[in-house]
Amino acid sequence: MNAMLNRRDFLVKAGALGAFVLVATSSGIVKAEEAPKYGADGMPHGWRDDPLAFIAIAEDGTVTVVCHRSEMGQGVRTGMPLIVADELEADWSKVRVKQAESNEEKYGNQDTDGSRSTRHFFDPMRRCAASARTMLELAAAKSWGVPASEVQAVNHEVVHAKSGRKASYGSLAKAAAKLPVPSRESLKLKSPAQFKYIGKGAHLLDGPDIVEGRAQYGIDTRLDGMLYAVIARSPVFGGKVARYDAAEALAIAGVVKVVEIPGTPGPAGFNPLSGVAVIATDTWIALKGRKALKIEWEDGPNVTYDSKEYRAQMEQAARQPGQVSRDVGDVDKALASASRKFEAEYYLPHIAHATMEAPAAAARIVNGRCEVWAPTQAPHVTREDIAKRLGIPFERVTVNVTLLGGGFGRKSKPDFALEAAILSQQMDGKPVKVTWTREDDLHHDYFHTVSVEHLQAGVDANGKVTAWLHRSVAPTIGSIFEPDPGHEANWEQAMGLVNLPYDIPNMRMENPEARAHTRIGWFRSVSNVPHAFAVQSFVAELAAGVGRDHRDFLLDLIGPARKIDPSSMKDDWNQGESPQRYPVDTGRLRRVIEVVTKEADWGAKLPKGQGRGLAAHYSFVSYAAAVVQVSIGSNGELVIPRVDIAFDCGPQVNPDRIRSQLEGAVVMGLSLATLGEITFAKGRVQQDNFHQYQVTRIDSAPRDIRVHLVPQTDYSMPLGGVGEPGLPPIAPALANAIFAATGIRIRQLPTRLQLATT
Amino acid sequence: MQLDINGKTVQVNATEDTPLLWVLRDHLGLTGTKFGCGMAVCGACTVHVDGKAVRACVIPISVVAGKKITTIEGVAASKTGKAVQDAWLSLDVPQCGYCQAGQIMSAAALLQSVPKPSDADIDAAMSGNICRCGTYPRIRAAIRQAAGGTGEKS
Repeated sequence: MNAMLNRRDFLVKAGALGAFVLVATSSGIVKAEEAPKYGADGMPHGWRDDPLAFIAIAEDGTVTVVCHRSEMGQGVRTGMPLIVADELEADWSKVRVKQAESNEEKYGNQDTDGSRSTRHFFDPMRRCAASARTMLELAAAKSWGVPASEVQAVNHEVVHAKSGRKASYGSLAKAAAKLPVPSRESLKLKSPAQFKYIGKGAHLLDGPDIVEGRAQYGIDTRLDGMLYAVIARSPVFGGKVARYDAAEALAIAGVVKVVEIPGTPGPAGFNPLSGVAVIATDTWIALKGRKALKIEWEDGPNVTYDSKEYRAQMEQAARQPGQVSRDVGDVDKALASASRKFEAEYYLPHIAHATMEAPAAAARIVNGRCEVWAPTQAPHVTREDIAKRLGIPFERVTVNVTLLGGGFGRKSKPDFALEAAILSQQMDGKPVKVTWTREDDLHHDYFHTVSVEHLQAGVDANGKVTAWLHRSVAPTIGSIFEPDPGHEANWEQAMGLVNLPYDIPNMRMENPEARAHTRIGWFRSVSNVPHAFAVQSFVAELAAGVGRDHRDFLLDLIGPARKIDPSSMKDDWNQGESPQRYPVDTGRLRRVIEVVTKEADWGAKLPKGQGRGLAAHYSFVSYAAAVVQVSIGSNGELVIPRVDIAFDCGPQVNPDRIRSQLEGAVVMGLSLATLGEITFAKGRVQQDNFHQYQVTRIDSAPRDIRVHLVPQTDYSMPLGGVGEPGLPPIAPALANAIFAATGIRIRQLPTRLQLATT
Repeated sequence: MQLDINGKTVQVNATEDTPLLWVLRDHLGLTGTKFGCGMAVCGACTVHVDGKAVRACVIPISVVAGKKITTIEGVAASKTGKAVQDAWLSLDVPQCGYCQAGQIMSAAALLQSVPKPSDADIDAAMSGNICRCGTYPRIRAAIRQAAGGTGEKS
């Protein structure tokens, strides 16, 4: 679901995106290199559509579909089989799912991030299944001695209508598997009118295992003779163990070994942090052992990281000109001549992913082969990095992908899996499971960035916005991969900073410098969160400032329906998608706003102390708009009775999972907006567990979340992302609702403590 | 030490201060009960002890010896537990699913004591269980559905 460019993209594509690249060869002749690749083609190892890799049919007719993307709640382990089952003409009740191990040569890209799984694998999975269906038909035709054109696959059987003969998939499977895989060009895909499952959906394949407690997450891994480890890690990023005394820990019955894990100088990468591991016969003993350790840390330079001071620094940077990212017209002139000027600054703190399953992984090494079980969003990188760290060939590492108890981008970073592998190596290959506690998780996350967003606008006498200046200051995820660049990467800026599809004649987007002092990482919808919060709050401020209805003002700002080439907005990244296939379609953006405001009774009167707020955002090549309704008590108590969200992700595969992802995005968006904050003092995270890092619970979640999916029945249209794009509009819609209800303008998150009237 | 888990007596070789959670998970292989926080603030480890919902991450085994312990693996034995699981499936409540065992155990305990819970009852009984995926609206709906299915009972 989460995140954008992973490290591999980062290295491969950092300088290579855009149009044809002209290179000078040694002979001095300039030649055009290969055209840039988009979508799944542009991902490492791209896509595969080999039916023999993805589909197995047993003699009893059971169809097993291999899911090569990681399941973390987005429903991909149901969605992928659903696509296959439809195109295969399979009976859904006979379909099972099997998780792929890390093997991109065989399955294509497995980085489960960037809201890409269905978007990139809808077509390959359909071809895969159509191939298998064709092979079954051919096998039947062959065995009956009839032309293949006379037989047809129908609901788990191949039928020869002329003779009335039928053969079950199970009876044909063996013969079919021996036939050559048909060429892609020869495949006949179903027409959407023939779809039985795609666009209609199905219950979760993993549902029974989950509700009966059988589902296996990484933390549930159990291996014969397995030992249990917890690790004390440097409380300050970049710090290291100076010295430690393990005597008391080793005196505890059941503590087997205490091992130092050295840190890695330089950018964090996905390397384990410097720490001391306690390996024991169960988790509880390991925890007791860790408590008994005496460790002296050498904190290093990040010990000065202090959230209050850092905010002041960022604000200072935001109030001065910074590196220009996009410049249209003449903003300074337009601001100088505007009849009214507006300025606002927004602050969003670090947040932690806090997946309910904290990081955990198990590993063992047998005969020089390392086998790992991990809840990873990035199986390939996990495998690569383990091979490198252990100093063994890549081929000698197996990564089994378990279910993920939440991902949200945290589990794109396999540091925890490396820890398990290192400890197994330290134990001569014995199986070791590393479990992170909640404290470990909150203290040592790859945090969502912290940011100050500074906006200025000029409005003419008619209330039209003529100037727009947006400075975004935030430490970059790039800082974990290379010496801190000090600026947001172009793909972070293309998440709602530069690619503002508004009809404003003068615009400048700037990115002043910011340095990272902790590990910054992808968090569900990434930089869209701060950018959308600032932009969508500011638009509401402008509407209120000129005395106009927010919706009408926003629609005017977007302007008429048109398709914008992202590169014309200095977005050469465009989520890795082709700018021709995936232009920014302001008509679709307008439509989700129109749908959500209509459904939410926008404009209808509410009692005093209540209000509705609107926000819309384009991200992950999908369109989302939300209306949040709030009620604020006289004591400042915030109640959010209802949220409406309209969403257009193009054609849909499993609509109920799209709905559930959006319901989840609403709750997570409100959680980060009302409660989420990680702060640092003396370089250390100040929140230890859920009593301090609070998240939304059922009693404060909206009781009424209404998802309005914009239907798209044209399956030749490109698919959009689902997991992430619902999140960005939620926080600003809430802030705008609070303003509508109270006149209080929220310019920093979380809202907690800002509404109390004490 | 002997424990009564899901109707079976099991022998456990762990120190008395070990929280039930780690005995279930590490010693007995009952991994359906999840670790989430270790301080009874997230509900992922919820089990029933003599029919009441408790957080297994903070209850030492010495406290639960001789009591009837039910985990997610055994909750279907009760009509209410089964009704809750069925409602969960029919509404496709789970997303990642990690917290759902704890949610189901809390919901089953609620319905055992309050067969027709109000929204306020649901808030009170379920606000100790965090779901980071945000399945709360469906949890509420599933509890209502399960309450309908077990309306006659108790």
